Amino acid sequence: MNGSLYPVAILFAAIFTNNILLTNYLGMCSFLSVSRELKTSVGLGVAVTFVMATTSVLNWLVYNKILVPLELEYLRFIVFIIVIAAFVQIVEMVIERVSETLYAALGIFLPLITVNCAILGVSLFMVIREYSFIESFTFGLGSGIGWFLAILAMAGIRQKLKKARLPKGLEGAGITLVITGMMAMAFMGFSGMINIG
Amino acid sequence: MLPALITSVGAITGISAFLAVLMVIADATIANYGEVKITINDEKEFVVKGGKPLLGTLMEQEIFIPSACGGRGSCGLCKVKVEKGAGQYLPTELPWISEEEKAENVRLSCQLKVKEDLSIRIPDELFNVKEFQATVAKIRDLTHDIKEVTFDLNEPSEISIRAGQFVQLRVPEYELTDEPVYRAYSAASVPSDKRHVELEIRYVPNGICTTFVHKYLKEGDPVVFNGPYGEFFLRDTEREIICIAGGSGMAPIKSILLDMAEKGSNRRTRYFFGARSKRDLFLLDEMKELEERMPNFRFIPALSAPEPEDDWDGEIGLITDVVAKHMESGDNTEAYLCGSPGMIDACVKVLTDKGVPEELIYYDKFG
Repeated sequence: MNGSLYPVAILFAAIFTNNILLTNYLGMCSFLSVSRELKTSVGLGVAVTFVMATTSVLNWLVYNKILVPLELEYLRFIVFIIVIAAFVQIVEMVIERVSETLYAALGIFLPLITVNCAILGVSLFMVIREYSFIESFTFGLGSGIGWFLAILAMAGIRQKLKKARLPKGLEGAGITLVITGMMAMAFMGFSGMINIG
Repeated sequence: MLPALITSVGAITGISAFLAVLMVIADATIANYGEVKITINDEKEFVVKGGKPLLGTLMEQEIFIPSACGGRGSCGLCKVKVEKGAGQYLPTELPWISEEEKAENVRLSCQLKVKEDLSIRIPDELFNVKEFQATVAKIRDLTHDIKEVTFDLNEPSEISIRAGQFVQLRVPEYELTDEPVYRAYSAASVPSDKRHVELEIRYVPNGICTTFVHKYLKEGDPVVFNGPYGEFFLRDTEREIICIAGGSGMAPIKSILLDMAEKGSNRRTRYFFGARSKRDLFLLDEMKELEERMPNFRFIPALSAPEPEDDWDGEIGLITDVVAKHMESGDNTEAYLCGSPGMIDACVKVLTDKGVPEELIYYDKFG
């Protein structure tokens, strides 16, 4: 593929064919617990997208400019976690300070996603697949949008489900997991289009 | 090997230290809200350091808002009316706030951060809530599993409590808990005795507080508690009174009765006390004495499963059946219930069936 087009391909692949939630099943716990309401899902979706896009870039810098020259690649797990945690904390403080509306919509979710494995997953995939700086950014952004899309779809479905009569044992997490499986299968339909790994 | 180890440790330390410094700077600049003024009920003013949740900030000023979960936003109890300076509702508050409360600017104080000058309104009683340092004056066995514990107040040396209210006892770190926890117990003492608080504590196997009190607490030990809290107290009306309690539910009812006796109340009062067998009954002499002091008061203990050796000629059966048997119309009656949730729910049903208006049935459920 043309080198300049590749980042765009990664963006779309991360959203559709390699959706981090629906193909890798990462970030499930906040996906399951916050997808009850459309409004909170949007808040969390935006927060995850923002944090994924920024931390993938930050971690790319830390990895390629510090860990690789020092030959300390094996430390990436712990370093990535520390970077994500510190970044999220500081972003939360900034948002709380500058915008009350944004804080109410997004800020309270930030501590939640510090421990979201999808965020760490993005940084680790970026290393495994040897992405460049720009590719890492589009991959992080795309994965965030993909996660956002998945939780938005789930919240929409669950909104409808409230009126449905479900067998007792399937209520709550049960039906959510079943639907997630179906959504994953539906997304498999995109899989022939682009492949990034 | 060694150089690799040193570079690894150095790199991790360096990165962590850099981020830690960043966080400290952020905390001191971005998250620094400076000094903020909190006005309470248009009367009192405090200047506090901003940036922390309202619940904790008030606690530092020795104003205690009741909270069962300790500020994690999962009990919804620590509600406070905030008239000015609160900003928008957070999603973490909304599940606990009804539409009416929203219209009145009621907020969850553990979620609301103090960022600018606040004007809040809290019930006057909460001003009364304080933390008390006390000494265990006496511990006595009421039954095989209930102990009566009397505290001597040291600092502050007097408590102003309404009969029926409860306090929260602080259990320090010990075998069963690695952090201090608070548990609520109704006061059994008469409110006019401002220098003492008496609790009745029933042993629950592996209960953090009850085990501490039953197995570890000794006379002379220092204790810390805060209070008083609660809306469970005698209403000032002319209606007849039905009290129902089981086990250590005796405590608030005893306090209410002692208070009535002292004030010379003449209201017709019946107190039904449910127990399994005779060994679960207690304070019978005190109740007899109360019957003598108050001509219109009757104590009716009932055993649900008396032992053969109990030689019991009093009421037998479930407390609900005994209440139903003794009660005529409940139109002119109000009721005070204290005990397990199951017992209270069953009794509320009997009382409403008898015609006691539901809003005049007051209860204190053991959670």
